[in-house]
Amino acid sequence: MDTPASYFDWGFIHISMPNLLVIGGMIVLFAIALFAPFPHAEGGHDGGKK
Amino acid sequence: MAARNSVETEAPADSKSWTLRVRRAIDSHLPMDHLLPDRQPYYVGSWVYVFGVVTIAALAWVIVSGVVLSFMGPQWWHDSHLGRFFNSLHFWSVQLFFIFMVLHLWGQYFMAGWRNGRAATWMIGVVIFAVSILTAFTGYLSQQNFDAQFIAVNAKDAMNSAGIGAFFNVLNFGQMYGLHIMLLPIGVTILVVLHIVMVRTRGVVKPIDPEGGAQP
Repeated sequence: MDTPASYFDWGFIHISMPNLLVIGGMIVLFAIALFAPFPHAEGGHDGGKK
Repeated sequence: MAARNSVETEAPADSKSWTLRVRRAIDSHLPMDHLLPDRQPYYVGSWVYVFGVVTIAALAWVIVSGVVLSFMGPQWWHDSHLGRFFNSLHFWSVQLFFIFMVLHLWGQYFMAGWRNGRAATWMIGVVIFAVSILTAFTGYLSQQNFDAQFIAVNAKDAMNSAGIGAFFNVLNFGQMYGLHIMLLPIGVTILVVLHIVMVRTRGVVKPIDPEGGAQP
């Protein structure tokens, strides 16, 4: 915990591994949220005019 | 209920009573079936719509743990086991608050959540993001440890170069702590309530192209 984080370097991109892992995890979670089936998704109304 | 109806029927439409006008405005813009709906549109059946409410849940934990920390003080949150637990609870709920706020932002960005008169809702969300960053920043300055001192000493140059160091002095612990536990959380909470009320007023935005037809 007290040692400095290692860094990922690719061209102009310079980011610490913990930050890279958090961003990667967020992208994975977003993708899962898009495609994972939602329970009781049927039965809603059409949302009205707008 | 009967008394209220009698007032409604007796008061003229152009009544100067501000309470009556406010009540009529609330009734017309925010009926209870919009404020507390028991059914949602079919397109809300997706996990993407859960990110906003998870952000609110994280904010609730931030506020609860923050109230405990402010009541007990820095010595408690640094030196006792329970204090360190609440310190960690506050820290990690803030991390989840920001992670899910950004996921909510991505979802709303890709579905163009500002359509059909929802621009103000979007803009208030932007302001919540900005005020939350300021709140988190003052939180890092309020830790009462070497990390806070390091951040403050480095940040003072940024504030001075931006010309705001005179009235936003990051080396002034009292000012940063006061902002962190009072003004900024109240600001975030009021803005979040306003954001939710505006979402409930207009409902969730329709998908851009649900059935192949053009949507305005």
